Amino acid sequence: MKSAALVFLAAFLALSASWGGFVLAPQLQLGRGAQAKALITEDLYPLARPGLARQGLEIYRANGCMYCHTQQVRQEGTHVEIYLTEGGTNAAGVLAALQRLSPALARSETLDSLPVKVVEVEDMVAADRALKTLKDAGGKAETVIVPTGADLARGWGRRRTVAQDFLYDQPVQPGVMRIGPDLANIGLRPYDADWHYRHLYAPASVVENSKMPPYRYLFEKRKAGAEPSPEALKLSGAAAPEDGYEIVPKAEAKALVAYLLNLRAEAPLFESPYTPPPASAPATNAAPTTAAVP
Amino acid sequence: MTAPSPTSPPEIDSSGRLPLFILFGGAAFWLVLSSVFGLLASIKFHGPGFLADSPMLTYGRVYPAWANLLVFGFCIPAGLGVGLWLLARLGRAPLARPWLIAVGAKLWHIGVFVGLLGILSGDSTGHTWLELPRYAAVILFCAFVFIALWAFATHRARADRDLHPSQWFVLAALFWFPWIYSTAILLLEVFPVRGIVQASIAWWFAGNLLGVWLPLVGLAAFCYFVPKLTERPLQSRYLALFAFWTLILFGTWTGIPSGAPLPAWMPTLSGAAAWLMLVPLLTVAVMLVQTISGAKTPCAGGPLCYVKFGTWSLVLSGVLLAVAALPQVSRVTEFTWFNHAENALRIYGFFAMTMFGAAYYILPRVTGAEWPVARFVRGHFWCGVVGTLLLFAPLAIGGVVQGARWLNPEITPVDVSKATLMFLRLSTLGDLLLLLGNLLFLVNVFALIARHCRAMVRVLYADAVAPLEPSEVKP
Repeated sequence: MKSAALVFLAAFLALSASWGGFVLAPQLQLGRGAQAKALITEDLYPLARPGLARQGLEIYRANGCMYCHTQQVRQEGTHVEIYLTEGGTNAAGVLAALQRLSPALARSETLDSLPVKVVEVEDMVAADRALKTLKDAGGKAETVIVPTGADLARGWGRRRTVAQDFLYDQPVQPGVMRIGPDLANIGLRPYDADWHYRHLYAPASVVENSKMPPYRYLFEKRKAGAEPSPEALKLSGAAAPEDGYEIVPKAEAKALVAYLLNLRAEAPLFESPYTPPPASAPATNAAPTTAAVP
Repeated sequence: MTAPSPTSPPEIDSSGRLPLFILFGGAAFWLVLSSVFGLLASIKFHGPGFLADSPMLTYGRVYPAWANLLVFGFCIPAGLGVGLWLLARLGRAPLARPWLIAVGAKLWHIGVFVGLLGILSGDSTGHTWLELPRYAAVILFCAFVFIALWAFATHRARADRDLHPSQWFVLAALFWFPWIYSTAILLLEVFPVRGIVQASIAWWFAGNLLGVWLPLVGLAAFCYFVPKLTERPLQSRYLALFAFWTLILFGTWTGIPSGAPLPAWMPTLSGAAAWLMLVPLLTVAVMLVQTISGAKTPCAGGPLCYVKFGTWSLVLSGVLLAVAALPQVSRVTEFTWFNHAENALRIYGFFAMTMFGAAYYILPRVTGAEWPVARFVRGHFWCGVVGTLLLFAPLAIGGVVQGARWLNPEITPVDVSKATLMFLRLSTLGDLLLLLGNLLFLVNVFALIARHCRAMVRVLYADAVAPLEPSEVKP
């Protein structure tokens, strides 16, 4: 190449191609995204975050929470479960069908504790076959789609994270690093505001050996009145303040916790479907587990 | 248009003195500060309570301060310094308007300073590699465009009409950065797009900055210094042309991580581009081997050592990027220290080391004096090599360990982070060595500049107090 003009032309061609691909194309494909209807419930999703949670997103950004926590649940696949929901009138037929599908369940007691999970298969064809077997025998059955993967088994969510989940966030912070757990669904997990306050103030006091830095600057230490403030943190051990003092969350901490509690990306969507198990069925492994440590 | 008559190399070198002092001096300073932040961030893993009560020094602010000072504080001004010098030297023309370039360089450093304060006070934008807040980004953008314009003016005024491969790389880099940075600032900060498109743009920017801009400038230095220092011709111009085209065509598509919550074609395309990037990188490896084979010059801890180490780091980081783009591998390495290790190898092992080599060659010529402490050049090299390896290798292995543990739902998050502790401790040693090496660089650069300024003052003073020659007195 003998002139700068050629170099610029080359650079222009190369860069405009990727600009078109990774800036313009996603903007055209996703940039005008709107609320979508969730499957089954038909609720609109996502909802805009309430004001305090939106302020909390700013605290999350300003303190760089995303350098240790992602908001991207990964999914490795799905499997399909067939539930028998009603035995119908032909008990013998249904038991024969159960005998073929899952011999362990082919006992008359099974029909007393419905719904029951009959089989777990990988693809829809096998699922349809099982469904037909049960229905032909006179039973009623339901198909349940369950996303699978290590993240879901940890109870970090019920399905993978998709573009729709970030519709109203400004800035979008999907994160790149998991030093701590994923937070995409932290609001769905069994931690209340009180737990979050104590965790932010002194992480090791609620999660043993936690390597999370304490965020004491989001809290205020003040002299306790005759009655302790209802907002005061219930701390014990090394984290507790000396007698006569109490720890109360500042506005920043309240906003941050409101945001964390608002992080719930669970609506089943067209692009990442799942079905909840039939009512009164035992929870599957994809449901948030209470035993998990954050 | 007739070409102006060529200027002699010493005249060209001295024309760039002021801007290069500012660019390299500032870069050396930000680099040391960045290493300090890197070390602080690293220590926080040993004791999470370390400096935790100051909001300015919380991990989530210290970490982006490290990253941005490294790239915007050191890499870009050092790259501009090397690029300007190469354009002037290869075009055989003095730098155009060195005073104005110096003003642009000062403006750049002011932008970095403002941005650093912004990040530390909680104004980070929340997009990785783009944390510098909007008000700082605007200053940086203007400063870059200003410097790039005078660089282009220097190039226009060149006496040697033929283009050396290094000039292609520098010119493309001067064009590349304003485009990607303006797109990112406009669409993320000024008129923010909605939803996940933001992440796509931020990833595109980071991919272009780390995957194209840094290699463009680093390879510009490579194409000039390897032949120069080994006193052999570049093998060959055609391979360089091939590497240039493939780098800009493929490199610009890397950047979208493989698990991104985006339409599947985007991460797939990025993964394919990461593999295609092996084409330019292997070409560069061939160029390096062919150019230096048979050369009798020992590198002896000097500039050539730096450039050689840098080039191999680039090749290795490209291989890691490609491997990590495989879905089977990325399900382990995604969201782990592995990516950090790859970035450290690319930014520090490749780019910074190449820039050090170039600076160790350029600055003595610009001042016309030797390095004040020649020992430090060699010391810096070994600190840089060992530090990079101690930072990179443990984090890459630790990342794989960490990723494998995240995939096992039985292991609690606390245990996952405990498993990485040993690797993080080793990497802290790496951070410490890098800080030491960077301090040696800073001392040398500042001493060189100070010595030059002192000599200049002395000359001026001697001029001022010199007795008047009778012939100069007007009757």
